[in-house]
Amino acid sequence: MANAAEDRRPLTVELRGLAKAFRGAEGRVQAVDALDLSAAEGEIVALLGPNGAGKSTTIDMLLGLTEPDAGTVSVLGGRPAQAIAAGDVGVMLQTGELIRDLSVCELVAMAASVYPAPLDVDDTLCLVGIDALAGRRTQKLSGGETQRVRFALALVGNPRVLVLDEPTVAMDVEGRLAFWEAMRGLAARGTSVLFATHYLAEVDANADLVVMIARGRVVAAGPTTELSARGGLRTIRATLPGVAPGRLAELPGVQWAERHGDVVVLDCADGDMALRALLAEQPEARDVEVGGGGLEQAFIELTGMKEAA
Amino acid sequence: MTLSYTRAEIRRAFRNRRFFLFAVGFPLAIYLLVATPNRGVHDLDGSGISAPLYFMAGLATLGTMNSVLAGGARISIERTIGWTRHLRATPLRPRTYFATKVVTGYLTALVPLAALYSAGISLGVDLSVSQWAGMTALMLVGLLPFAALGVMLGHLVGVDALGPAIGGTSGLLSFLGGAWFPVASGFMHDVAQALPSYWLVQSSSVALGGGGWSATGWLVVTAWTLLLGAAAVFAYRRDTERA
Repeated sequence: MANAAEDRRPLTVELRGLAKAFRGAEGRVQAVDALDLSAAEGEIVALLGPNGAGKSTTIDMLLGLTEPDAGTVSVLGGRPAQAIAAGDVGVMLQTGELIRDLSVCELVAMAASVYPAPLDVDDTLCLVGIDALAGRRTQKLSGGETQRVRFALALVGNPRVLVLDEPTVAMDVEGRLAFWEAMRGLAARGTSVLFATHYLAEVDANADLVVMIARGRVVAAGPTTELSARGGLRTIRATLPGVAPGRLAELPGVQWAERHGDVVVLDCADGDMALRALLAEQPEARDVEVGGGGLEQAFIELTGMKEAA
Repeated sequence: MTLSYTRAEIRRAFRNRRFFLFAVGFPLAIYLLVATPNRGVHDLDGSGISAPLYFMAGLATLGTMNSVLAGGARISIERTIGWTRHLRATPLRPRTYFATKVVTGYLTALVPLAALYSAGISLGVDLSVSQWAGMTALMLVGLLPFAALGVMLGHLVGVDALGPAIGGTSGLLSFLGGAWFPVASGFMHDVAQALPSYWLVQSSSVALGGGGWSATGWLVVTAWTLLLGAAAVFAYRRDTERA
């Protein structure tokens, strides 16, 4: 895999050959299998996969909350428990409500008190964009606000490694923007950020490296830009009545053509070539859109979601 | 670090007004109902202890037991919402977490204790300063097994069964321990003596002069503390392995 760029900074997280099976109703389920993953200082690494791909199990093993059946986990050169005890790891797990009867400020201060060298509580609230909520009781927060407070709890210990499982679920647009801005700021200061998600757009826009997993296995890993390019497929849609899909499928660069009423949809191996040929041969085509492709297309191909659908 | 963490935990507990409404209101109401008509009884069933004093300790047993049990049992809520899991990924050590729960449980127990002492005084309970102090000390020691039991319940019982578990345990154990009426002799007395709640109720015997508890009392309380302490550790381990 293209995970080993030579000019990477020192690794903070290294998972090698990780495997974990669970006994389920239908016998053994291999949740994670032969998984390799690493993050270096200052990197934002996305663990991308559909639901049930093994993201949360991987994160649990990374944090030492679950023992792997096989493989090794190294966080800052030691066992996860050591890094956690040293206060070097900030965590936002997928599920979790906040304890009640404290204000946001009090809760974050309480969390800060267990770390050896925490950030200033007010600074943390500002960083996450919840300074206006400081006095609010935790049980009176909305879902998105709760999520941002949980993010503050992960940050306040001033961690060198930040591990986030589906961090932006339930956040509104503003919350997401603040979140990713904070994240990039931390990475610029050398913090490793490792986050699990199934939101492609977020990975595309924010991650340096992406590790795609499906059914517990890594199906692709590398710099986000590289993987986006790998999914060469594009989809062209146009309003074009009265032309048989069979004719369109023969255009150069087109693999498959379909008709939905007046609209035709072309799956293209080479989107640029197909678009030129379409416009040259069918000048009456209107409302032409080129979509798909990029990371999304790569994701669909690599995780085999298309076959499943 | 531990101090500010504990302080926040205590602040939370004391903000839960509804809890105190019941933890104080319930034993206080029973006390006033039971002890007021018997306020003139100076020697209850030949024990040498006045009715207002005996029932004061008895219902303080119920109230404090409830608070201390609830202190540990709140772990159940925090497990359910995923908070303890979050804490496992922080430098907070489990023993600090448990110690905080126990300390908080004890501090909340002081509220019903103070309420019952005040009610007792208003009904004529008259002890010397050293007797008050001795009785309180025995109460605090006698609550140790229940602190451990609370932590154990916090790991074994789900949130929806928490109320009945705490209420039932403290109700039954205070009843069998003689908190609601004295158990002076017979089979019930033999059973009662083996219970930690009996000795909580018996902390009122400081009024008779002497140390309050017999050697049996100290033995029973120590044994239950060790036993329930071990059970709590076991419940915690089993719970974390599963998670």
